[in-house]
Amino acid sequence: MKCQRCDRPATFHITELTGGKPQELHLCEEHAREYLSQPSQDSSVGSMAQALAQHAAQQMALGQTAEELAQLDQQLCPVCGISFYEFRSQGRLGCPHDYVCFQQRLEPLLLNIHGAVEHTGKTPTRSPAASLRRTQLIRLRREMKEAIDEENYERASRLRDEIQRIEQEGQKTEQTK
Amino acid sequence: MELNDLTRNRGEWLRGSGPECDIVISSRIRLARNLADFPFVSRASESDLVQIEKALKEAVLGIQGSANLLYLDLETVNELDRQLLVERHLISREHAERRGARAVAVEASERFSLMINEEDHLRIQVMQSGLDLQAAWHQINALDDFIERKVTYAYHERLGYLTACPTNVGTGMRVSVMLHLPALVMTRQIDKVFRSLQKISLAVRGLYGEGSQAMGDFYQISNQITLGRSEQDLIKQVGEIVPKIIGYERQARDFLVRESHKNLHDRVSRAYGILRTAQTISSEETMHLLSSVRMGVNLGLIEDLEIPTVNDLFIQTQPAHLQKISGVELETADRDIERARFLRRHLNKENGEKSARN
Repeated sequence: MKCQRCDRPATFHITELTGGKPQELHLCEEHAREYLSQPSQDSSVGSMAQALAQHAAQQMALGQTAEELAQLDQQLCPVCGISFYEFRSQGRLGCPHDYVCFQQRLEPLLLNIHGAVEHTGKTPTRSPAASLRRTQLIRLRREMKEAIDEENYERASRLRDEIQRIEQEGQKTEQTK
Repeated sequence: MELNDLTRNRGEWLRGSGPECDIVISSRIRLARNLADFPFVSRASESDLVQIEKALKEAVLGIQGSANLLYLDLETVNELDRQLLVERHLISREHAERRGARAVAVEASERFSLMINEEDHLRIQVMQSGLDLQAAWHQINALDDFIERKVTYAYHERLGYLTACPTNVGTGMRVSVMLHLPALVMTRQIDKVFRSLQKISLAVRGLYGEGSQAMGDFYQISNQITLGRSEQDLIKQVGEIVPKIIGYERQARDFLVRESHKNLHDRVSRAYGILRTAQTISSEETMHLLSSVRMGVNLGLIEDLEIPTVNDLFIQTQPAHLQKISGVELETADRDIERARFLRRHLNKENGEKSARN
């Protein structure tokens, strides 16, 4: 795909979420840099699109090339299977585990948006450990669906038993609390 | 309670009472929550969405006093009724337009609503007439605790409540106050106010949230930051800035009354006159004129009308409300005629014999 502003290949794919309908932009590195360093038209501070743009601009300023970023973009969440690129283009994460597996890349973004990376508010009565343990159910259900799609029913039924076991364990520990 | 009852009720945020209610329409707090054992909504399969809806429905209907809850499966609610819920701020536009299993539970007096499978699995929102953020916080905190007895929220020790969009992570809380600021708009000071709010990372949105224009001079002021501050800090930040803006709006009104009383009175009276006599009128023009009329009532320039009536007209003249009240679906042109008829009926009935005084 060619850059929308010159004849070079487009290596940056930006989805602009501000201003009504999402708008797709395909730009070469130079034009992407130019585009991202422009002040955003949407003046609301901390909007997701703006934070993402700032984030990308910062990484480019750090001397990371388009290829390096593209490689990092391919990193997948082992639980929900979303890539960092998909998150970047949609502005929405795939599951709670993304905050753990993309932590290094998300932290500068969180700092841009919130100016902080540590929660200081309300805590739920259930432990965060229990919450994290339950994210494995997301992966297991996804794997079960894939097994069914592949007609690997033996694997699917093993996964189903595993899911039920974790669900029951969860209920037990929650009842004893 | 049924969905059709909604058009007949006023709803908490339009009650037109509470502290500073001439300028502050309502105070609202919402919390974004997700279940720990499902992908976020944008990544969830159809069956995930069904299971999430089922788990949260059970939790929501377990809330104390849930007999007063209207639980609506949005897949079975038609487009007009979904639009009605949007106009009443009970669901978001995004929630109305989404596909797949999703629902909303609405408390009978519309003090709170719970959206299931919006951008996050659960969005709890509490609305309060006038400026009263503490009351809203007490209620929403209790609702959150109730629901958490039944489900495990996605929570991270360091990052707090985990949300689909990183702009909501941490507290997952948005505190917003809806203000009516016609004098700041008329005196062209509104941009200055907004710029100063943005400097302290507060967001300003229109009547219907993100991307909506400032219809009828209504503005929502809310916190942008959700991580690294406690809920009380966030409430305090918004709660402390609002009285300042109220002060600016009052100064601007005083200025208008003092320096250009004739012009102001003329503008308000003309707006009132058009609304009482027009034969066809758009939603935008109605909002614009009602805004002047509302300020006119507050300043004593119109004496035969009350604020709750004006508040009602703001919402009842919107497309879905108008069609529900008249009982037929109407195209835009017919809606404009029906809207004018509706306004004439209500504004000329309201003052009745008293109108001779003007």
